[in-house]
Amino acid sequence: MENQYKVVVGLGSCGIAAGGLKVMEAIKTKLATMPVQVKLDETGCMGMCYKEVLVEIINPDGKNYIYGNVTPDKVDQIFESHIGQGKPVTDLIVKGQDLATTEDSFFAKQQRIVLRRCGKINPESIEEAMAMDAYKAIEKALKTMTPEQVIEEMLASGLRGRGGAGFPTGMKWKFAAASKGPKKYIICNADEGDPGAFMDRSVLEGDPHALLEGMMIGGYAIGADEAYIYARAEYPIAIKRLKIAIKAAEEKGLLGKNILGTGFNFKIKIKEGAGAFVCGEETALISSIEGKRGMPRIRPPFPAQSGLFRKPTNINNVETYANVAYIILNGAESYNKYGTEKSKGTKVFALAGKIARGGLVEVPMGVPLKDIIYEIGGGTSSGKPFKAVQMGGPSGGCIPANLLDTIIDYDSLNKTGAIMGSGGMIVMDEDNCMVDIARYFLSFTQSESCGKCTFCKIGTNRMLEILTRLTQGEGREGDIERLEELSDQIKRNALCGLGQTAPNPVLTTLKYFRHEYEAHIKDKKCPAKQCRPLIKYHILEDKCIGCTACSRVCPVKAISGEPKKVHSIDSSICSKCGACKEKCRFGAIEID
Amino acid sequence: MSNCNCCCSQDNKYFDKLEAILKNYAGNEADLIPILQDIQAAYGYLPKDVLNKMCEKTGMYPTEVMGVATFYSQFRLVPTGEHVIKVCFGTACHVNGSEKVADALADELKVKIGETTEDGKFTLETVACLGCCSLAPVMMIDEETHGRLTPDSARNIIRDYYATGRA
Repeated sequence: MENQYKVVVGLGSCGIAAGGLKVMEAIKTKLATMPVQVKLDETGCMGMCYKEVLVEIINPDGKNYIYGNVTPDKVDQIFESHIGQGKPVTDLIVKGQDLATTEDSFFAKQQRIVLRRCGKINPESIEEAMAMDAYKAIEKALKTMTPEQVIEEMLASGLRGRGGAGFPTGMKWKFAAASKGPKKYIICNADEGDPGAFMDRSVLEGDPHALLEGMMIGGYAIGADEAYIYARAEYPIAIKRLKIAIKAAEEKGLLGKNILGTGFNFKIKIKEGAGAFVCGEETALISSIEGKRGMPRIRPPFPAQSGLFRKPTNINNVETYANVAYIILNGAESYNKYGTEKSKGTKVFALAGKIARGGLVEVPMGVPLKDIIYEIGGGTSSGKPFKAVQMGGPSGGCIPANLLDTIIDYDSLNKTGAIMGSGGMIVMDEDNCMVDIARYFLSFTQSESCGKCTFCKIGTNRMLEILTRLTQGEGREGDIERLEELSDQIKRNALCGLGQTAPNPVLTTLKYFRHEYEAHIKDKKCPAKQCRPLIKYHILEDKCIGCTACSRVCPVKAISGEPKKVHSIDSSICSKCGACKEKCRFGAIEID
Repeated sequence: MSNCNCCCSQDNKYFDKLEAILKNYAGNEADLIPILQDIQAAYGYLPKDVLNKMCEKTGMYPTEVMGVATFYSQFRLVPTGEHVIKVCFGTACHVNGSEKVADALADELKVKIGETTEDGKFTLETVACLGCCSLAPVMMIDEETHGRLTPDSARNIIRDYYATGRA
């Protein structure tokens, strides 16, 4: 088995969406015609989403090469040359041993703890996970540590909740452990609802065992024997792989009764969410598991005292649990050597938006934002100037270019008005309108507000109305002040995190891009030329050659002109869809 | 029988799927969401008569069931078209122009977001995030994901469905 080539195709959601299954088929067909024995396997997210579909070829001597942007028609060339003749196709390789590529800087500053096995193992094979240390930490905990020692180790590690708020995980466990009662629960919040975030999905799809083991250790620490994973229904592949992982762990005696002969019992069930962002809030999530509308409850009592079915419950998110086994197996010091004074370890980010190299990255805490955006991410995808990065989704904020020296650390990020959040990082360039971004997030929180608190239910609605009218050129004097007043009221009076943080996208854009709001209100202009009612398309006479491409693509027939003569746009008909500008090869269409 | 809107014209057959689903559950309150998910998977949406029957069988209150069914975005109370298009409105897709993609689709299909085409072939919806942010803007038609869209390419995908007889 060792003396053969191994081929691994990245089949996370991104890989599949980019056509990974078709590439897999092409490889199977190709291999059937080749005389060599090759082991073909699949894996989860390798991180370089911008180069999907990714195919890794591991030589019999162990050297490995990752090919990027693989399409079915490139399979023939790659396999004939690499496996047939032993010559890797260096032009198509994005990462290779003893081979420098332009993509190496994507990995240079990364440190993989949460993603230690993602993209390396077949997520549907417990054996491959176990060959890379899976379930060694739970064995160590059960056989050599008391629950108190496990909690001490977690406290020493400095791990803070990766769902956004950053509460120390060891403390949370200590509170749940201190609650009396024979029945306790462990819950994993896998309801990754932030639009633009896919860290948890990648872990669930790439290494579900990291999550299961973390939950087991949590269960042992607090004295729980039953657990739920509350997963987004929009993640069908993640749910499928979790089910396979749970079944495999049960068959190996790693889940169930009397685990590893230690008397510890633990079972894990999956609950599929039904689509409600507010269920990311822990008490709303508990209501949802109980079969009710997912509406938050007043805390206290905290779930550690009275949670699921009124029993003591500990809730963490996927990334938090995925850190646990590493900490227990390698000791707190091997974890807290990474990071800053108050933010230890690493953090996974989903780098997306207008970024050249979007993907899943894991960096030690303390790294400056600019390193992530420029060195790892390669700057903007458009080549246009960077404008801002949005962190923390609807609860977070926009950090402008002049603050890119800010380091990744809970407290430093909070100072900017944004938050660490769960790890979504959306990059924007100068073409993105900040008022529109604020409107976008408010339309999200407004529609996801559960309706329990007046300030959130009605307040977000009023904010959305104002923002919508700004982007439609109907802004009024005093709108900025009204937004600020509403923001203040909602932040102070909403019951749960959804409402309390909903104004953040508005407040941070007001703080750093107030001039854009003013331009919308006073000048009725959108400086980013994005808000349709505030812009006008027109044709540059000196550039138009009359090719007619624009008039043919215009869906509302607003463009007229004879072939080979300068065309013109009737702005009373123009719907400002931008199709003409995209089609024009001569740069003859401009926006005012 | 009065509410049965299916083609079988047999009351008991219409509710067979429901009966089969309910056998898997004890009928506790905590089972409500999974039961609704199963009903939707079996019937394509949540038909009112099936929900009423479910309440009869389990003793759950219709108000409670409707409260849950209308709270979560996954549940549909009206049938969909043959194919469901979900245009991703996640942040990465938004900054890369998903609104223009959705507008082009709405124009191509002559529907508004949330509606079904007159021929019953397509329902046009938006979704908060599909999580394939690096391929933004993205849409999903049934189970298939289409990435790196432009308004034009999105239109072409629909035309291709009609041209190849898939719709």
